[in-house]
Amino acid sequence: MATSAVELRRALRRAERRSTLGGLALALPLTAFLVVFFLLPILGMLAKAVENSELAIAMPRSTEALRAWQGLGPPPEPVVAIVAAELKEAHARRQSAMVAQRLNREEAGWRNLILSTARRLPDGPQGSWLETLVAIDPAWGEPAIWAGLRRAARPWTDIFLLAAIDLHRDDHDAIVRVPPDQAIYLDVLLRTFWISALVTLFCLILGYPLAYLLATLPERWANPLLILVLLPFWTSLLVRTAAWIVLLQREGVINDLLVRLGLLAEPVALVFNRTGVLVAMTHVLMPFMVLPLYSVMRGIPLSLTRAALSLGATPFLAFRKVYLPLSMPGVAAGCLLVFILALGYYITPALVGGAADQMISYFVAFFTLQTANWGMAAALATLLLVATLLLYVVYARLVGIDRLRLG
Amino acid sequence: MLGSGLLGRATLWAFALLVLLFLVLPILVIVPLSFSAGAFLHFPLPGLSLRWYARLLEHEPWRITLKNSLIVGAIATLLATLLGTLAAMGLARARFAGKGLLMALMLSPMIVPVIILATGAYFFYERLGLTSSLLGLAIAHTVLGAPFVLVTVSATLGALDPTLVRAAHGLGAPPWLAFRKVTLPIIAPGVVSGALFAFVTSFDEVVVALFLTGPAQRTLPRQMFDGIREEINPEILAAATVLVALAVLLLVVAELLRRRSARLRGIAP
Amino acid sequence: MRSTGTLAAAFAAALLTAALPAAARDLTITSWGGAYQNAQRELYFAPFQKETGIKLVEDTWDGGIGVLRTKAQGTPVWDVVQVETDELVLGCEEGILEPLDWQALGGKDKFLPAAVHECGVGAIVWATILAYDGNKFPTGGPASWADFFDTRKFPGKRALRKGPRQALEFATMAQGVPPAEVYEALRAPGGIDKAFAKLDSIKKDLIFWEAGAQPPQLLASGEVAMTSAYNGRITAANRQDKRNFKIAWNAGFVYQIDSWVILKNSPKKAEAFELVRYLTRPENQAKLPAIIPYGPTRVDAGELVPAEFAADIPSSPQNLPHGVFFDASFWVENVEKLTERFNAWAAQK
Repeated sequence: MATSAVELRRALRRAERRSTLGGLALALPLTAFLVVFFLLPILGMLAKAVENSELAIAMPRSTEALRAWQGLGPPPEPVVAIVAAELKEAHARRQSAMVAQRLNREEAGWRNLILSTARRLPDGPQGSWLETLVAIDPAWGEPAIWAGLRRAARPWTDIFLLAAIDLHRDDHDAIVRVPPDQAIYLDVLLRTFWISALVTLFCLILGYPLAYLLATLPERWANPLLILVLLPFWTSLLVRTAAWIVLLQREGVINDLLVRLGLLAEPVALVFNRTGVLVAMTHVLMPFMVLPLYSVMRGIPLSLTRAALSLGATPFLAFRKVYLPLSMPGVAAGCLLVFILALGYYITPALVGGAADQMISYFVAFFTLQTANWGMAAALATLLLVATLLLYVVYARLVGIDRLRLG
Repeated sequence: MLGSGLLGRATLWAFALLVLLFLVLPILVIVPLSFSAGAFLHFPLPGLSLRWYARLLEHEPWRITLKNSLIVGAIATLLATLLGTLAAMGLARARFAGKGLLMALMLSPMIVPVIILATGAYFFYERLGLTSSLLGLAIAHTVLGAPFVLVTVSATLGALDPTLVRAAHGLGAPPWLAFRKVTLPIIAPGVVSGALFAFVTSFDEVVVALFLTGPAQRTLPRQMFDGIREEINPEILAAATVLVALAVLLLVVAELLRRRSARLRGIAP
Repeated sequence: MRSTGTLAAAFAAALLTAALPAAARDLTITSWGGAYQNAQRELYFAPFQKETGIKLVEDTWDGGIGVLRTKAQGTPVWDVVQVETDELVLGCEEGILEPLDWQALGGKDKFLPAAVHECGVGAIVWATILAYDGNKFPTGGPASWADFFDTRKFPGKRALRKGPRQALEFATMAQGVPPAEVYEALRAPGGIDKAFAKLDSIKKDLIFWEAGAQPPQLLASGEVAMTSAYNGRITAANRQDKRNFKIAWNAGFVYQIDSWVILKNSPKKAEAFELVRYLTRPENQAKLPAIIPYGPTRVDAGELVPAEFAADIPSSPQNLPHGVFFDASFWVENVEKLTERFNAWAAQK
């Protein structure tokens, strides 16, 4: 009897293990697919935030010499000589543009310095190499360019990550704030969070009563109305964005209507500004608020609030003490979801916002597609990704991964 | 209580209807404008005509981009449905320590901003020779679509009584037969609605398309994006109206499937 | 069941073949979109394909040396591109553009001197001008860039091209500097700061456009009272959409030459060059002004342009005195620094 029980337990465990292994085998294709086409590309992109290989590739000997050199520039003649000679060689190999591009990340304008110097460098020094360089451009006599070169010679760099929070390194390599006219990314970051928070709030204010009504209606009434909530969800984002531009334009449908009704003396600007972004994003993200709220509220028995009412609670008190706490999981799920999705928005603000309403994603796209400044794109993407993942963890803890659905 | 009493209830209804109008009206407003006889986006319409729809048929870019979008959508849907369904079945029967983490990874494409995938793919897919090809775009769209399939199929699998499958095995059915005759009919609504989600995701996706495609691989959303940016005319709205009609169709199919699946699972009605 | 399987397999195979990266891609041409590219398609791209049998794929862009740099990575997806002068000079210097065979183009002496470069050949002479909707200003519209910056005299939003190019010139003209002296003023100490300060003075009323097709649209929808614009787009909107847009030529404008370039490492170099040669034939250049008023860059094409269309071209005798030629050397030196500064300025509230 006892042995057979042990055997049975063992057999059960074996069967379970077999089932788990079979299950893992089935999950393997998607896992492998996501690792190759999702995880690795993202990790590779993140690495670009600290990559610093341009100088090492184009001017390896200078890189080594600059790494060995300490102090405030210009460096001693032997180092200068290596840099000058190798810059000329790199120019002949058409690699000077790469160096110039890298140095330009340190300071806008150094591309010209590097390229014009590379073009004009003589075969041998006139006087010392330093004098030769200074004769071409006095900037070579300043410490700044040498400090920049030395930073470009390091195995990796932090300038992009620093720049993403409006910091940079001065000639002494100390971390300092960038001048106010260049400081925009903290502002962009705050703006991204602020817009997301406002959109979440609007979605909650508009979505909560709607979800409540749907949850308390009999199913045959709730279902058709729910379809109206789902319709925007299934409609192309671009269609919805186009619709909002048509509605909000200065001579658009809404301004037309308000002026004709005499509510406005003349049309107001509703699009290509912050108003447009908030309205359109609230519209686009609303289903993600209503659906989690609805599914939680459906599970709240109305008898509970009825009981509170019959015990003499005012309707408001019954709502606050009984219904609201019970609906909180839905509020948390909806708010987190809307906020997380809003953080990464790009298309809607790009089409209905002005230059000062663009969120962090816009700048990632801008640096990747329009300026080939991949370090900066990767650094900003890193910030966005970290923020998203932190919130994802909160969501997993608070709401549960298994409740994550976008439809 | 919120909306108790007649007045409260009426207020609640009025508010909720306004919110529903806010959700639906912007989409519906473009439909009449696309049938306008004039070129301007104003009411009242100067007259009705189908001229903008005729333009859609005539203009080559719409045809080419529609074809590209359909190819990409079809591949992405097939791949996502296959991978997502397998994974959902696997995760349903596996018990192991890191399961939550694996699930979190598999669902993360729904949460991670598309721009992150787009930028990563922009650098990485090039090494695989997948930029400037529809296949590369379809692969990225598979990444975005597979989690939807995973979620919808997992939901239907939750209702599958494992003893049914075991009974089929016990009666001598090989695994494939047991899958086809027992599991598949039950999870089918989940598979199909997951596939619909995956298709819609791909068919509407523009960010990755902006990053990965060259001039020969333009998709419909890219065409729309450029059109909206440069000039919203009734022609764009005609295309938009076609897309809305498609959305309504898919939504109805998905909704019917959801009800059928709920009925199969014994959930009312 | 068997046939379903076969059918499915065939379907999948067909999809994959359609989606796989083509071994050899078609020749691509990238221009500036909207009414301009429509004209180019009708006059050049379609006939070129018919005449040579070479298939042509189009793309559009809004300029920027950075975009050119990204497109030149590896094997470029673009071949022939229409660029502005600073992009031409910088791109050539960085080795991302292909040097041209000037003998085959008919010789440098056939072109305006400013249309000749190692890596590029002039495509059109065009201008960025001040435009407004004549119907919105029955008693007279803005007549100077000072008016553009005067939101009290002319209320309403304004639009400028996103980026420092032309915007700084106009902001300088708005301070009373005559067009001919604009670059002198910008090069003077504090000149750029003064221009930025001027832009800043109407920042809350400014919106920015990127694509050349946007300004006519912004005027048509009443979104802005006035805007900077590429001159041809405004005239094209008047001709094709029966608009009453006005160009304030007398307010001052910046005119410049766009060039055709071929990206380095283009896998379609021979075809690309054939296309550039086709585009710069005198009889082809002379056809453009009838549809969209941009001037030819070939001396012998200029003689072929019918007089009736000449008045809308920036280089016509009555317009030219109010214009200033885009100073390529100023912009080659400053475009990146100033673009960065402009973008930071625009992104701040």
